[in-house]
Amino acid sequence: MASIAQAIRMALHYGEANMGVKDIFGQDVGAPLGGVFTATQGLETAWNSTLDERGIISMAMGIAMGGDRCVAEIQFADYIFNTIDLLKIAGNTLWCTNGQIQLPMVVMTPVGAGIFGSVYHSHSFDAWASRLQGWKIVMPSNPLDAYGLMLSAIEDPNPVLYLKSKALMRHKGDELIPGEPADEKELKAMIDKPVQNSEGWKPRWPELEKYMVPIGKGKITHAGEHITVVTYSRMVHLCDEVAVKLAEEGISVEVIDLRSIYPYDWPMIKASIEKTGRVLFVNEDTEVTNFGEHLAYRATQECFYQLMARPRVLAGKNLPGIGLHPNLEKNSVPQIHDIELAIREVVAEVP
Amino acid sequence: MSKKTTVKAGGKAAAGKTTKKAAKPAAKSTVKASKKATAPAKKKQSFGGLSEEILLRMHNLMVKSRVLEERLIKIYKAGEAYFWIGGPGEEAWGVALGMLARKGSGPENDWLHLHYRCTPTMVALGMDMIDSIRLMMNRATDPSTGGRNFSSHYCFPQWNVAPVTSPLEVQYPIACGTAHVQKRAGKGAISIVTGGDAGTAEGDFASCLILASRKGQELPMLITVQNNGYGISTPYEGQHGETNIADRAAAFNIRSRVINGNDPIETYLALKEEMEYIRKTGKPSFIEAKVTRLYGHSSADGANKKPHLFDPVLTFEKNLIDAGILDAKAAKKIWENYEAEGVSAQEQARQEPVPTPESVWDHVYVNSENADWRKF
Ligand SMILES: Cc1ncc(C[n+]2csc(CCOP(=O)(O)OP(=O)(O)O)c2C)c(N)n1
Repeated sequence: MASIAQAIRMALHYGEANMGVKDIFGQDVGAPLGGVFTATQGLETAWNSTLDERGIISMAMGIAMGGDRCVAEIQFADYIFNTIDLLKIAGNTLWCTNGQIQLPMVVMTPVGAGIFGSVYHSHSFDAWASRLQGWKIVMPSNPLDAYGLMLSAIEDPNPVLYLKSKALMRHKGDELIPGEPADEKELKAMIDKPVQNSEGWKPRWPELEKYMVPIGKGKITHAGEHITVVTYSRMVHLCDEVAVKLAEEGISVEVIDLRSIYPYDWPMIKASIEKTGRVLFVNEDTEVTNFGEHLAYRATQECFYQLMARPRVLAGKNLPGIGLHPNLEKNSVPQIHDIELAIREVVAEVP
Repeated sequence: MSKKTTVKAGGKAAAGKTTKKAAKPAAKSTVKASKKATAPAKKKQSFGGLSEEILLRMHNLMVKSRVLEERLIKIYKAGEAYFWIGGPGEEAWGVALGMLARKGSGPENDWLHLHYRCTPTMVALGMDMIDSIRLMMNRATDPSTGGRNFSSHYCFPQWNVAPVTSPLEVQYPIACGTAHVQKRAGKGAISIVTGGDAGTAEGDFASCLILASRKGQELPMLITVQNNGYGISTPYEGQHGETNIADRAAAFNIRSRVINGNDPIETYLALKEEMEYIRKTGKPSFIEAKVTRLYGHSSADGANKKPHLFDPVLTFEKNLIDAGILDAKAAKKIWENYEAEGVSAQEQARQEPVPTPESVWDHVYVNSENADWRKF
């Protein structure tokens, strides 16, 4: 099975070979490295930008304005903050020009904790991103979705922000990407650059197929009856794990992988809450003005009379940073036991 | 003709090489009316060899732009608009730029990344007065923004005119993106970017110089700064240590020059030469144009005429009349005709519809795809 990094690479290859992507660029995105997580290794149109996040976003806007398709990378989301007003402009250009100028561009960036990356390699960006009007924001949790969401992002005529969890970059799923060889080693031999004697190396891409995950559609990763847990990206796996564990005790947890932050799959969330009467929103961004709060607000407004317990948000602590020592990181973003505890509390609550 | 100041550092040396007509590129760069600058150019030869047709066209467009800008200010002062900002005083520079740009859409034509003082360029490209007035009066018929944005925030995709953005200087590195696309298309088209002197303190200006000049990956760009000596109320000395802003381009091996942007002839010839250089070599070039800020910063500081400042339109007109190229009566007629056009355009725009409240949701996404979370 492909890792998420390999899945992204294959999606980008598909994009440049079949969907008109002409530039894939960012810091160290081109040869020889192919990105610090190797997600852009061996790609034909990948090039190294200057060390200038604002320059990268501006270039992407200009390329899109000029009529070409591009995928730009910010090396770590922690460094995307100095581009906020450019992201705002990219998102408002269509509106400000009364529909005249489209900016079909993809910006991808690794987000979140889980690799002990300390203060400047652990930031989340989902809540900030949700306030960038005019953008679509996706956050895959597994390789197949990573592939399908990237193709949808490339095809979309609007700017799309593709947030990839650093901690999931080496994560392997349990579903093959259409066209991917079943043998992991075979895939590696085809598309991973050898560590040694790599001179003149070129990837041999598998015969990949078009596979789209529509933006705005979530997925139920664990069906259940007693509580709805709405999450995305890395936290999906933690929530699934808790759901499996609690099932043994007869607590039936429904886990929704939102996959898209905006637009988001409200019909799926709503239907699930109406079924279970209980809901918990889990993500690792900081808790104050968290995207989960918006969803909790909406759940309260629209499902109030079907709810058996107060909706709850479990998120990262409201701290200036995430400390490097595991004791610090683990006490900053939700861990398995936090999720388990929160689920137990909501399930135990009686109206 | 001014000489290039390529690579050679040192403002003095560079300054010495500008023409005698060029305003002194010393730190104090507000261009005042001086005897030298207003001295009548009687001989036809002193018009740089430009044809009478070009000269008269230039004059005509400069007048049109001035009349339009003054109309916009009147609309603001009459309470029919919320805010005015624009480019009266920049006609000599802006008109020449608009006349020389390769106009059209697609990567085979020039891209223009303008700032908010570029009405003269838009007029020279062929924008109708009424379209500027519709923008000023926030009509639904405003072709640039549909009534959503400030005056002079033009957007004309049919001429590759990128939307003017309120945040200063972001247009500079965005222009690198369109230049990159043009370079790939290989049709000799260039990206032109304009902006103010104070804005060059923003990092995006440096981003642009870096992206445009990387060795072997140079971009076909005309990077320009209109130096009117002020950022709102902060004078040039308040933020600049460099003698000329153009000197900064030299540090990146970008060919650069300082010109008197109040002189339409010098401007036209310099722009023509630099554009030809960029089209031929695919490399960037930099022009710093010294211009007049004739009506102050914007309506925020009153938008009143500063009569002591050099007026490029009146000076050029006088020179043409003195040289016998333009007839004084004909000149007067041009002003009157445009004045009448402005008045009737305002009257027409007044009758036109304004944006509806519901239209706030239009164009958040392409094809007005649902953007309202209440409807997900
Ligand atoms: C990023 C940003 N900061 C501040 C402002 C507010 N602002 C508008 S115009 C201006 C001064 C610009 O001066 P200059 O660049 O010299 O251009 P000029 O208006 O003189 O042509 C300022 C500070 C802005 N529009 N954008």
